[in-house]
Amino acid sequence: MSDQSNSERYVNPYLAGSILGLVLFLAFFLTGGGLGASGGINRIVVFLEDLVAPGHVDRTSYLVKMAGGEKNPLDHWIVFLTVGTLLGGFVSGVIHRRLKLETIRGPGVSPRARWIAAFVGGALMGYGARFARGCTSGQALSGGAVMSAGSWAFMFAVFAGGYALAYFLRKMWIGEVKS
Amino acid sequence: MIAPLPLAELLGHYGSYLVYLFIGFSFGYTLEMAGFGNSRKLAAQFYFRDFTVLKVMFTGIVVAMTLIFLASALGFLDTNLIYVNPTYLWPGILGGLIMGFGFIIGGFCPGTSLVALATLKVDGIFFTLGVFTGVFLFGETVELFSSFWSSSYMGRLTLPDWLGLSTGTVLLLVIGMALMMFLVSELVESRVRGKLTTRVRNRQLLAGLILALLGIQVFVLGQPTAEDRWEYVREENEPELLAGKVDAHPGEILHLMHDDQIKVELIDVRSEQDFNIFNIIGSRLLSSDELLGQAYNLLGEPGNTIFVLVSNDGSKALEAWKTLMGLGLRNVYILEGGINAWLDTFLSGSHEEASGILGSEAERHSVHPGRDELAYRFNSALGDRHFAADPDPHLFELKYAHKVHLKKQKKIAGGGCG
Repeated sequence: MSDQSNSERYVNPYLAGSILGLVLFLAFFLTGGGLGASGGINRIVVFLEDLVAPGHVDRTSYLVKMAGGEKNPLDHWIVFLTVGTLLGGFVSGVIHRRLKLETIRGPGVSPRARWIAAFVGGALMGYGARFARGCTSGQALSGGAVMSAGSWAFMFAVFAGGYALAYFLRKMWIGEVKS
Repeated sequence: MIAPLPLAELLGHYGSYLVYLFIGFSFGYTLEMAGFGNSRKLAAQFYFRDFTVLKVMFTGIVVAMTLIFLASALGFLDTNLIYVNPTYLWPGILGGLIMGFGFIIGGFCPGTSLVALATLKVDGIFFTLGVFTGVFLFGETVELFSSFWSSSYMGRLTLPDWLGLSTGTVLLLVIGMALMMFLVSELVESRVRGKLTTRVRNRQLLAGLILALLGIQVFVLGQPTAEDRWEYVREENEPELLAGKVDAHPGEILHLMHDDQIKVELIDVRSEQDFNIFNIIGSRLLSSDELLGQAYNLLGEPGNTIFVLVSNDGSKALEAWKTLMGLGLRNVYILEGGINAWLDTFLSGSHEEASGILGSEAERHSVHPGRDELAYRFNSALGDRHFAADPDPHLFELKYAHKVHLKKQKKIAGGGCG
């Protein structure tokens, strides 16, 4: 492992997974709800939308339940969980010396192409996460742990989607450097 | 049954947010520590080079699952009150596929991109901006396909329900599946990376063994039965039962049924035959066995709901009362004296007013007390069309002690995706 940089020195995945499982259990034990990420992002988006176009929010039924009228979409626990996630990631990054402005990309792809792909992938993720009523954290991880049948079907769909496209995008992730 | 905790009551509305902040912090810290801020590491999952995603995710799921159902088996956690993602099968699968595409194109999922953003990975920042955009676009377009989005709804469907297996069996199957997947991952990783020997470390084997043993323990203990659940709450609730504070007079129930601020949910636990002969209007027939399966629906009723258990003489309703209290319901009462007392009260009084209306002929005969038998004989089965099924409260001047007091009901927790 000595030839690897800080960015590669991660905790043993089974240990990290066990800690993650403990955190997830605590979340259910203390609050009755699991973890999540897309829900918090969703509410931040709706908050911004409500600032710019409150009339539009009040007329769109999907948005009304979060920010209709005087309701503040940020006044919800998932927002605090999301803020906590950012803080936790930041602190771990500082402690493990991985806090660095950089673009992580495969050797065969330019930073700009990587940014565009990240944006497009993110948009698909955001759209899909709302479509599936939860993301990898809120559906797969949390729903999976409490044996929700739909969450398990969802989880396999995510992996299936990833593997289905992986071959076509291999140059982006594992391609060789162009000479 | 202590958990999940009523955080908002204990710490206040904003105080409870600190707990979520702490949980989120641990979540983000763990993700970063595992390497989930690194898109290449995440994407490597799909090229059979690095199975970190699968290992961390499934370890997390099986550890949490084992602890949750162990806590439940030991009576510390009420799994009825935790959030279980509702199943919308096809929207979930389609959304999952879209997310799978997004994962391999963008290199993150929403949670991991937050961690990448927090550690200043530029690709993580672009990804998060993309997520914002996707979420925004969904909010703007969902109305175009809202019927599909709400289709194939199966409610709170769990794997044990779906497979018809016990929770413990499913847990063991999931643990077995996860351990198999870990073994295969290790084998594939060592081959792809060119390492010839599999170094499955002793510590990892030990951890797997502990997990399997815990799973077996959950399997052996089983999940709480109706009787177990009653035992958990017995100390708290038995005094009220013995003091007769949960037996409500038919007059009080009728009065509440006409109170606009209270929702009265009449649950008839008699046989279908007796129910069809006569039942109180608006009541629903649920056998004792069905009550446990209805837990989520009953817990999901509004906070101003009073549950009233109806049997023929009240004795059968007592068992159902214990079951519902064990489920964590608070506002549960027994119709005092059951249908027999109801008919005693409302049959005679309304007789003159109701002459000529359906079912005016009913004859009382003697029954054995405590056997929960219907004491009236009707010349035809009229169900709730009988006039005494829906008496006019203004026709009766009844004196009774008020027993019903609305208490604060614990609710099922909400999910992280709303």
